[in-house]
Amino acid sequence: MKRLYAFKFFAASVLVATTLAFPVTHPGAQDVGPSISTLRGAAPLDRANSAPRIPQTEETDRRRARNYPEQPPTIPHKIDGYQLDKNGNQCLSCHARTRVAESGAPMISVTHFMDRDGQALATVSPRRYFCNQCHVVQARIPDAVPNTFVDIDSLLAVENKPGGN
Amino acid sequence: MSKIISLIRSYWGILLRPSVHLSLGFLSIGGFVAGVIFWGGFNTALEFTNTEKFCISCHEMRDNVYQELRTTVHFTNQSGVRATCPDCHVPHDWTDKIARKMQASKEVWGKIFGTINTRDKFLEKRMELAKHEWSRLKSNDSLECRNCHSAESMDFSLQSPRAAEAHNTFLVSGQKTCIDCHKGIAHELPNMAGVEGWN
Repeated sequence: MKRLYAFKFFAASVLVATTLAFPVTHPGAQDVGPSISTLRGAAPLDRANSAPRIPQTEETDRRRARNYPEQPPTIPHKIDGYQLDKNGNQCLSCHARTRVAESGAPMISVTHFMDRDGQALATVSPRRYFCNQCHVVQARIPDAVPNTFVDIDSLLAVENKPGGN
Repeated sequence: MSKIISLIRSYWGILLRPSVHLSLGFLSIGGFVAGVIFWGGFNTALEFTNTEKFCISCHEMRDNVYQELRTTVHFTNQSGVRATCPDCHVPHDWTDKIARKMQASKEVWGKIFGTINTRDKFLEKRMELAKHEWSRLKSNDSLECRNCHSAESMDFSLQSPRAAEAHNTFLVSGQKTCIDCHKGIAHELPNMAGVEGWN
């Protein structure tokens, strides 16, 4: 066991040494944008950074457009302190089929009533019960990592334009 | 039996006769002072049982409901105003407060016999306990909420559109009271299957 550790240490040292000696620039590296270390900040590894401020959750209460049809809709309101466990689901107290008439909230889609074999159930499927596995609140903060996503309509618009490729 | 009756009779006789040795001044001023002390002592003791410190001196409250409260907006928030246990769980008016304190003798019983002295026992009983509080707040139109949150002072324009609409529709019209929608804001909820408004 000890030998194995010694070997690992040796291998790691060689790796570090070669990296230091021959700094490799990956051809696609500049596309990735700021490296992971900048997400962490300039503080050395043995020091803790000051935590960034917790951003304000956007609370417009207006539905946002989806970037692609399968995208789970984002939550346009705060969900602080909402209980979501085996005892209760506060999201469903407005978004359940039986609750939307009173609450005016959008009903959870019909896919939530299906089990993984596509079999329709009477109520929300257990695998769809924990809403914030897919649906999340939004906040206006600078992008941590640059993103060049364009939705399909914009893509098609460019392609259909004369001279577009 | 006849002995007891004669004893009562003799004391009744003492009460009816004017005092022979004690002056009227001593009796009236002494009675007044004793009254102040008893009344003050009673109220001080009552107020002591109306503090969070007293509530969480029992592990049942300290380890369960108090820990849950600590994570909510009623414990920490922007303005630093916070609610303590009696703010929500004891009526503020004197007569209602005394009535609640008399009910609390059941809780003393529970404490002595360890009705919820473990976490499991507490969780098992949580639905029943929660239902008591829901029905109390429902029947007094969420009085303890309204001690701080008044519908008249609520600026709906500062609320999110969703909250403003809900308050406008249900709170102002009196269709619903606070607790109808705001269950579980200060403590965790029991299994809500079958509770109105929950699925």
